[in-house]
Amino acid sequence: MSAGTFKKRQAFSMGNRKRATILSVACILFFAGLYVAGFLLDDGGLRTNFMYRNQPPSFEFLFGTDWLGRDLLTRTIKGLCISLQIGMLAAFCSAVFATLFGLCAATFGGKVDAAVTTLIDIVMSTPHLVMLILISFAMGGGAQGVVTAVALTHWTRLARIIRAEVLQLKNMDYVAVSARLGKSKMWIARKHIFPHLLPQIIIGLILLFPHAILHSAGLTFLGFGLSPHNPSIGVLLSESMQHLSTGYWWLAIIPGVSLVLMVKMFDILGNNLRYINDPQTSQH
Amino acid sequence: MKNFLKYLATKPLRLSIIVVLVAILSFILVSFSPLDPITAYLGYDRLQISQEQEQVIIERWGLDKSPPERFIAWTKNILQGDFGTSVIFNDPVTLVIGKRFAASFWLMFFAWTLSGILGFVLGAIAGTWRDSIADRIIRFYAYTLASTPTFWVAMILLVFFGVKLGWFPICCAGPLGVAPEQVSFADRLYHLALPVLTLSLVGTAQIILHTREKMIDFFQSNHAIYAMSCGEARFGTALFHGLRNILLPAITLQFASLGELFSGSVLAEMVFSYPGLGKATVDAGIRGDVPLLLGIVIFSTIFVVTGNLLADLIYRWVDPRIQIGEATG
Repeated sequence: MSAGTFKKRQAFSMGNRKRATILSVACILFFAGLYVAGFLLDDGGLRTNFMYRNQPPSFEFLFGTDWLGRDLLTRTIKGLCISLQIGMLAAFCSAVFATLFGLCAATFGGKVDAAVTTLIDIVMSTPHLVMLILISFAMGGGAQGVVTAVALTHWTRLARIIRAEVLQLKNMDYVAVSARLGKSKMWIARKHIFPHLLPQIIIGLILLFPHAILHSAGLTFLGFGLSPHNPSIGVLLSESMQHLSTGYWWLAIIPGVSLVLMVKMFDILGNNLRYINDPQTSQH
Repeated sequence: MKNFLKYLATKPLRLSIIVVLVAILSFILVSFSPLDPITAYLGYDRLQISQEQEQVIIERWGLDKSPPERFIAWTKNILQGDFGTSVIFNDPVTLVIGKRFAASFWLMFFAWTLSGILGFVLGAIAGTWRDSIADRIIRFYAYTLASTPTFWVAMILLVFFGVKLGWFPICCAGPLGVAPEQVSFADRLYHLALPVLTLSLVGTAQIILHTREKMIDFFQSNHAIYAMSCGEARFGTALFHGLRNILLPAITLQFASLGELFSGSVLAEMVFSYPGLGKATVDAGIRGDVPLLLGIVIFSTIFVVTGNLLADLIYRWVDPRIQIGEATG
């Protein structure tokens, strides 16, 4: 690579860092806006109105209406909100598990490490969806079933990352010095290793959201998750299944597209934060 | 060679231990379920059966015994090859799984092959001409599909090709009113088209991104730089030198992704009402068919573990560097 292109790359990547920051902030603002909108929106759009049944999208009803005359825009925003909450709760629990297991496995080593590795292998060798169905069956379905199922199955990848990171940190000089100074393993884990891991955990958590949201929507779609009284996006989509053959395409397409957009924004947010956090790009 | 033998002795043992642990864990999970199996089975008919009938069901399913007793009985039966009787199909679990898997097998096989080939080719193109328009389109496609729910892709295909255009059937594994044994091969393929397309589209995302990374790595290696400085074009370098370098990791990845494939088939089968193992899994979960659910969990674990083992073996068999490393190290 010649000096010229390298310089160009350098300038380009500085722009990238700025762009990554702006994109991340935009994503966070969007989620905050969505959440507030879901709260503020009154239930007027959810009332059944047989005058306006099965209206295709128009200026009056931007997203159209469903078979009971409910406004699909209101339903979609509320549904996204519910999916967001469920996904965030599940991803958060999952990240806590991952941190605990990863940290313990690497700090204590030996038998604890072997046990955690086996547990990771167990979760990873069953198809995710089968495990999700099994756990939500064991929990008796409902919202708590979805959250538990997703939380118990999604921690493995992040736990592996954290374990590898801690193993690397353990060999650092300052950790060795601290141990020689007589600090306990717990103290070192809390004061030296955990702060180092925090950015990794936060980014891992955000990158968990897309999986958590998609899987909870999938579970709900299959009928294991939320009930129709709690209309998340998964519920909207599974209800629209009954109306697919009648040609009311917007019932399936619009909530689905908004779900994909939301998941994609989480992906963008996580990847951009990872990019900003990467020491290699901050050198320029 | 000695190391390989050692590998052959330890790896399958470890994998079978995992299968056993999965079985134990899922039994414990299921016995925690607050759902009453009789209500789940009968639904509203529960109100119509008499006390005596209920007692018969309880005795027949062994619900009067404690979970540890049931676990011992269950394990004993499994060791004799008996996974119990499926409640909703009223057939032995092994028979139900075998029949359903035969239907799902072709779905998964076609989707697996198609997504592997398509993903590999697209990924190789994207990696060879990095940052070109083709790369951007392919990358956008892969990233978008990675954040798209499988069941929604299936619904879109169903609305578009099934309802709007009417090119493909929207349901089942054969025409309505024809016994499953009499459905012709062509008809079967015709009904498989949309589910296979769904799973292939979703399955390509991961392999595209993986292959693209590997191709970019390859073009930064001395090997590729030398080939290009000898006058080989970018296309030729990729075709004659790159592909053989990136094929192996792609095949390994494809074998290791059997779990994703299985999960995807559950969703696709539900949308298209395809009578395969995935639909049976959902039915078993919703209607509380514990023997079948446990059987499917164990079966799908064996399925995934076998895929991982094959991936490992192929890697060792094809890549001579691993064997040399074992001989010297």
